Amino acid sequence: MANLKFKIQNSKFRKLWIGIAILIILSPVGLILPELLKAGGAWGEWGADEVEKIAGYVPRGLKKLSELWKVPIPDYAFSGWEQGLKSYIGYIFSGIIGAALVIGVSILIGKIFAGKNGNS
Amino acid sequence: MHIPDGYLGPITYGSLWAAVIPIWIYASKKVKELLKASQVPLLALSAAFSFVIMMFNVPLPGGTTGHATGATLIAILIGPWPAVIALSIALIVQALIFGDGGITAIGANCFNMGFAGVLAGYGIYRLISKLKIKNSKFNGKNPDVKNTRQLIGAGIGAYAGINLAAFLTAVELGIQPLLHTGADGRPLYSPFPLSITIPAIMLEHLFLFGIVEAVVTVSVLLYIKKSHPELIRG
Repeated sequence: MANLKFKIQNSKFRKLWIGIAILIILSPVGLILPELLKAGGAWGEWGADEVEKIAGYVPRGLKKLSELWKVPIPDYAFSGWEQGLKSYIGYIFSGIIGAALVIGVSILIGKIFAGKNGNS
Repeated sequence: MHIPDGYLGPITYGSLWAAVIPIWIYASKKVKELLKASQVPLLALSAAFSFVIMMFNVPLPGGTTGHATGATLIAILIGPWPAVIALSIALIVQALIFGDGGITAIGANCFNMGFAGVLAGYGIYRLISKLKIKNSKFNGKNPDVKNTRQLIGAGIGAYAGINLAAFLTAVELGIQPLLHTGADGRPLYSPFPLSITIPAIMLEHLFLFGIVEAVVTVSVLLYIKKSHPELIRG
């Protein structure tokens, strides 16, 4: 951790890393605005039950494939924390977890690929 | 624009997996050639930015939501092929951990947003910012003109890139009823025809989410031109 802190403080891109952190903290805006303006999810990203409401039935293949995989944090929400303030806090945690994973994988891949290209 | 599992039948998701794997291999080769160790943090920053900006759902009042992707912006900052890798990492984490986009549809979503959107947006940016024009008013050798042309190119590229990604998504969803129907004649996967998917997805992207993408791209670029001017490629 201390090493990471050192790296960020001395990074050329310190301001940009802070920018990412600010975006994560502000991310619940992406939940609150749609709630205020009564907007649903994205078009065509409904669950099987919602497709049934719109189309009148659940296509068989759709139902089967949609049950293929259970994700650990569906819709960036923790179970029991799907509504109100808790959902906003959960959203921030999801942002932290997701960004950390994305950064970790990128650094790993980047290090493997950039390995031969020297330190400059 | 993140297609979930179940909306695409095996022909479509299989083809798009088959299309995206050589794209990843080629992008990896380009990254190996071009990426310096000192640029690895930028790759990570870019992937994180794409992941986080997609959490900002923009509402269409009373309707649906959409979001920016950062595809063109990232291509301008780190190059188009590293951008393909950055967007793909963000999209795969979204699919595996948060169910934002399906597992079977990773090929489709990475092809639409992570490849087509990136390359189209970057291509248009290059065309507008680099095209040689003799007329002194538009000549890129003048730094002010160059700056303006970069910003305009970034905005138009971002707008076009996200709209191309949206259009591909609409077509992929809309052909499902033609490709797969059950014994009862009903669609097996996404049940909505092209005549519904194209207007539904394109109108919202042409009139709102495309503009959001352009505004995000130009604003961040303006900031980076001040804070890290060395990052703006040509």
